[in-house]
Amino acid sequence: MFKRMVFAACLVALSAAPSFADARSDARDQVEFGIKVAQKGLWREAVYRWERATALDPSYSAAFNNLAIAYEHEGQFDKAREAYDKAIELDPNNAMIRQNYDLFKEINDRTNRRTGK
Amino acid sequence: MTGRIAVLASSAALALTIAGCTSFYEIPIETPIQPKMDVSPFQRVLIAGFIAGGSDDVDANLETVRLLRSQLRSKSPLRVIEADVLPLVELAREQDRPEQPPAGQPSAPADPASAPIALPPPSGPDATTGADAPQAPAGQEPAAPARSGSAQPRRPSGDPQHVVRIKDEKDLEPLEGIFANVDFWKKLGEEYQNPLIVTGTVLFTPHARSGFVQREQEYFDSLGRRRVVPVRTYMERKGFILRPKFIFIDGRTGTTIYSESFREEILYSPQQSTPALSSYFELMDRLIPSFLSTLSTQKIRGSRILLK
Repeated sequence: MFKRMVFAACLVALSAAPSFADARSDARDQVEFGIKVAQKGLWREAVYRWERATALDPSYSAAFNNLAIAYEHEGQFDKAREAYDKAIELDPNNAMIRQNYDLFKEINDRTNRRTGK
Repeated sequence: MTGRIAVLASSAALALTIAGCTSFYEIPIETPIQPKMDVSPFQRVLIAGFIAGGSDDVDANLETVRLLRSQLRSKSPLRVIEADVLPLVELAREQDRPEQPPAGQPSAPADPASAPIALPPPSGPDATTGADAPQAPAGQEPAAPARSGSAQPRRPSGDPQHVVRIKDEKDLEPLEGIFANVDFWKKLGEEYQNPLIVTGTVLFTPHARSGFVQREQEYFDSLGRRRVVPVRTYMERKGFILRPKFIFIDGRTGTTIYSESFREEILYSPQQSTPALSSYFELMDRLIPSFLSTLSTQKIRGSRILLK
């Protein structure tokens, strides 16, 4: 009985996998393209690509991390914070996301202190 | 045994998978920091002058004006007005002094925020001289443009008996009323086509401090290896403290928009002989980024990690 249940669960998972894999694959393409353009200094295009990636796959922490960096570079600190929060929520143990966030937070806090927010 | 091998193999596979999946790229970024003040209403900036004191070796008023002007010329979108530096100490003392009453009348206490102050004649290519200003005969000083209202021009007396050296913040206090004199700053603003006016106080004072200082001392151990140990030594050090307060005034209204105070200190060991002017520039160098970030967007360079 238990074996049958496991088998059924596997079947369900496998049937759902292609659509998930497609979304992740498309999102990954967007993320990779975003990295290429960001490395060339085209940050607005990178923002567009990573926004698309997060829309395609809302569980893709790397896309949120990259998007947060791009927002930070563009001076959109509120959006950057939101994106970092989401990235950390999705992947709380990722040290690289944490490091990015800590660096961002330091600058953001300093700015807020100055403006009295 | 087989089970353990299976676990190890699966762990290694998992580690490899994770390493393969988490490709990363370090990328340099420049985070823009918005200016503390909205300078969009202004096209021009006038570094008017400072009430300065402290060390006799440095004319902190002149040096601060020169330094800030040169920094703003290259790092701010505002056009820097070239004008003579205001002798603000004299002007502030003039304001602080009670008005001389007519003979036989008691003297009234001066209100520093509204007392009339003598403005020196405007100068430099940016000054509004006024087309209808009376032309002086040959060989005579041209007349300063006429002013009206409570800021009627009166020349600072420059009476040496009134000249008291500014040594510390207490000496500054009675003179700071000039920054609240709206009429004075408004008049000055009118003369230079309503710029953003930068003024304030600068105290550059010698300073000495004695106490324990930790430094590193190197030695070689019995095996000939170099070692470094922290050593605490009692030392008497001398240096300077720089305490500027920058005040930003709207040249259209004469009111203060923003002000910020700083404090920087430098100390040297007794063997070092550093000129006061070098110390002044070293300390100002630390403050300049903060000063500039008041007026213009600054970028903080750093790096982040992009993930795949």
